[in-house]
Amino acid sequence: MKIKRIFYSQKAAPFLFVLPFLLSFTVFWIYPLFSTVKMSFQSILPGQIEWIGLTNYEKLLKDTTFHTAIRNSLTYMFFSIALLIPFPMFFAVLMDSNLVKAKGLWKGALYLPALTSVVISGTLFRLMFSELPTGQMNVFLSFLGKAPIPWLKEKGFAMCALLTLCCWRWTGVNMLYFLSGLKSIDTTLYESASIDGASAWNKFRYITIPLLRPTTIYVLTISVYAGLSMFLESFMLWAGNSSPKNIGLTIVGYLYKRGIEKNQMGYASAVGLTLLGMALIINVIQLILNGTFKKEEN
Amino acid sequence: MKRNLTVFLAGAVTAAMILSGCSSKAGTDPKANTDVQESASEDNKEVVNTVGPDSGTHLNMWSFAELHNTFYADMAERWNKENPDRQIQVTFTTYPFSDMHNKLIMALQTGQGAPDLCDVEIGQFPNFLQGDVQLYPLNDAIKPYQNDLVPSRLDVYSKDGNYYGAPTHVGATVMYYNTEILDQYGIDYTKIKTWDDYTEAGRKLNEASDGKVKLTSVDTGGVDWLTVAMSEYGEDWAAGKDGALNVELDSVKNMLTMQQAWLKDGIAMVSPAGIVDLEEGFQNILDGNIASFPKALWFMSRFVNYMPEMKGKIALAPLPVFEEGQNRSVGIGGTGTVVTKQSSDPKLAADFITYAKCSSEGSRQIWEQLGFDVCNTDLWTDAAVTNDSSNQYISFFKTNPFDVLNEVKSEINTLSITKMTPAINDYFCTTTLNEVLQDGKDVDEALKEAQDYLELEQ
Repeated sequence: MKIKRIFYSQKAAPFLFVLPFLLSFTVFWIYPLFSTVKMSFQSILPGQIEWIGLTNYEKLLKDTTFHTAIRNSLTYMFFSIALLIPFPMFFAVLMDSNLVKAKGLWKGALYLPALTSVVISGTLFRLMFSELPTGQMNVFLSFLGKAPIPWLKEKGFAMCALLTLCCWRWTGVNMLYFLSGLKSIDTTLYESASIDGASAWNKFRYITIPLLRPTTIYVLTISVYAGLSMFLESFMLWAGNSSPKNIGLTIVGYLYKRGIEKNQMGYASAVGLTLLGMALIINVIQLILNGTFKKEEN
Repeated sequence: MKRNLTVFLAGAVTAAMILSGCSSKAGTDPKANTDVQESASEDNKEVVNTVGPDSGTHLNMWSFAELHNTFYADMAERWNKENPDRQIQVTFTTYPFSDMHNKLIMALQTGQGAPDLCDVEIGQFPNFLQGDVQLYPLNDAIKPYQNDLVPSRLDVYSKDGNYYGAPTHVGATVMYYNTEILDQYGIDYTKIKTWDDYTEAGRKLNEASDGKVKLTSVDTGGVDWLTVAMSEYGEDWAAGKDGALNVELDSVKNMLTMQQAWLKDGIAMVSPAGIVDLEEGFQNILDGNIASFPKALWFMSRFVNYMPEMKGKIALAPLPVFEEGQNRSVGIGGTGTVVTKQSSDPKLAADFITYAKCSSEGSRQIWEQLGFDVCNTDLWTDAAVTNDSSNQYISFFKTNPFDVLNEVKSEINTLSITKMTPAINDYFCTTTLNEVLQDGKDVDEALKEAQDYLELEQ
């Protein structure tokens, strides 16, 4: 009887139903987050945990390898956003128009890479970007009469390889986001624009882009964090966490190196929190600039 | 309303992604860890294998080299035969190199999930001696064999007077010469005593072969060459005379400057994939692109296992030196097997592993099965072993490995391994060596940067 009363009680039941989520959220998310903050002020060794104040953060400021990692992650984030918003948007508009035949096939083909494992695709890309003349990319270059490039040994080429992998994998996903955004745009707007004699470009410029804005902001927000937290792609491309002159080292790669490989959990926590701070700051600025926090206009 | 939803969604997704953090899938990373010589080309697969009777005490053991586990399994069976009252049953698991070390670090840090016994590569060892050491001291177990063992090989695995690792081999480094190539171009390797002689031979080879054959390949992914140089000058970057870290040593400068000149003059090439001990390196040797390289004696097993075509073509010789009278060898690489405090019966595990690796019986089996220059020096002069022409290693090479070993016996240095060793190796292999040998950066400048970085690390 009592149990039944709880289930039927309008006050208690909702809490009961969200309890499993709250519990797992607390145990797996809230606790680790606070624990990380605590650990970032400690030096942690087996059986020897010491409070060391801001030492970890002071070291981060001077740590040139960490600075390289930040530079790499920021560059990667910037270019991945520059590539992964315009192109998927363009593809989505194409898919939504009558210009393309066999749309399902195209959509499937573009989305398929997202279903593959990065471990496998990364390994394949590593072989394709091999410095040997027989590597796939160098074979293409030789068709163009160019000399082979040591792709994974030079900074610019390495970033190129990372971005190729990134675009190959995520174009389809972003395209789907934009497609769903396009579906929610009222077709009568386009009709009335046509009646007023608007060109295709003007319709895209003045109807599609503004009305796609919520989707664009969403994609931008997740891309900022996805770009900053990239790790596995680089880990697979160099078959491990070390690349020549750290050209493939990312912030999370550095966190892994410190925390897992060198057992410096405290220092790694500081790295992780710096990443969290950077992602939050960039996203908050971006959202403010986009006017997302402004009150809805009537 | 829609906009609020967007804000909420965006915020929630960011939070979710940040909080869930980064899942990591570790793979192998042979190039990164410089002293991986033992592991580099062993397979990356995970293999589980159990030996011994069910009634025996059950032990778990991890290694990063399947060959090692095969050897330990054989020794476990011998142990059971000799110790009917202390039977053991051991489950062996082979993991990829960095996976295994990372797993062990985590298991010891958290106090859960560690095996009873585990192989730890020498370059990684300092990571396991931090804080309150979570390993069981092997002092008592090693005592019966201690007098026969090379002391420096025990010391590298010790902290505060406790020995934590059972050593496998000395890793005496020698020069491997491809006599087929050298004979073809009229070069006599036995005349090479100093690096000047060596450079001269390289010049001659380069001219005679029209630039096709290089005398050697220099490493961007390993510090063997620098270790050789430091040993010759009696210097030590991790802990010099005053115990401080110093990488701006004359030995290191001389070696790197010499190597830059070699690359410029076509005497040497950069090792494909950065080190010799990887598939690409084996191919380079097989293709006859290089005529010599310095490596520890355990590299013999690479010839037997991966380059059988080279049988009868390779000779071993002491290393060239900068100035006559310097040490002509150095111990490189190694594996210390540890017993963890989490073991159900650490004493038994320690007795077994020291028996398997340090006893005369164990040492003989290490030589026969793995081809390593064991730490038990009794074996080096045992004619039944050194003259056994049916042995696969003795019959493979043009020179008898033990002749070379005994010739340089008193000159085999071991550099100290400190908690800075992993960081030094890591920085040189990702940055300094690439800058100096690939990009031709000024040696002094590159070493200065390395020193600055590493001082910060301390």
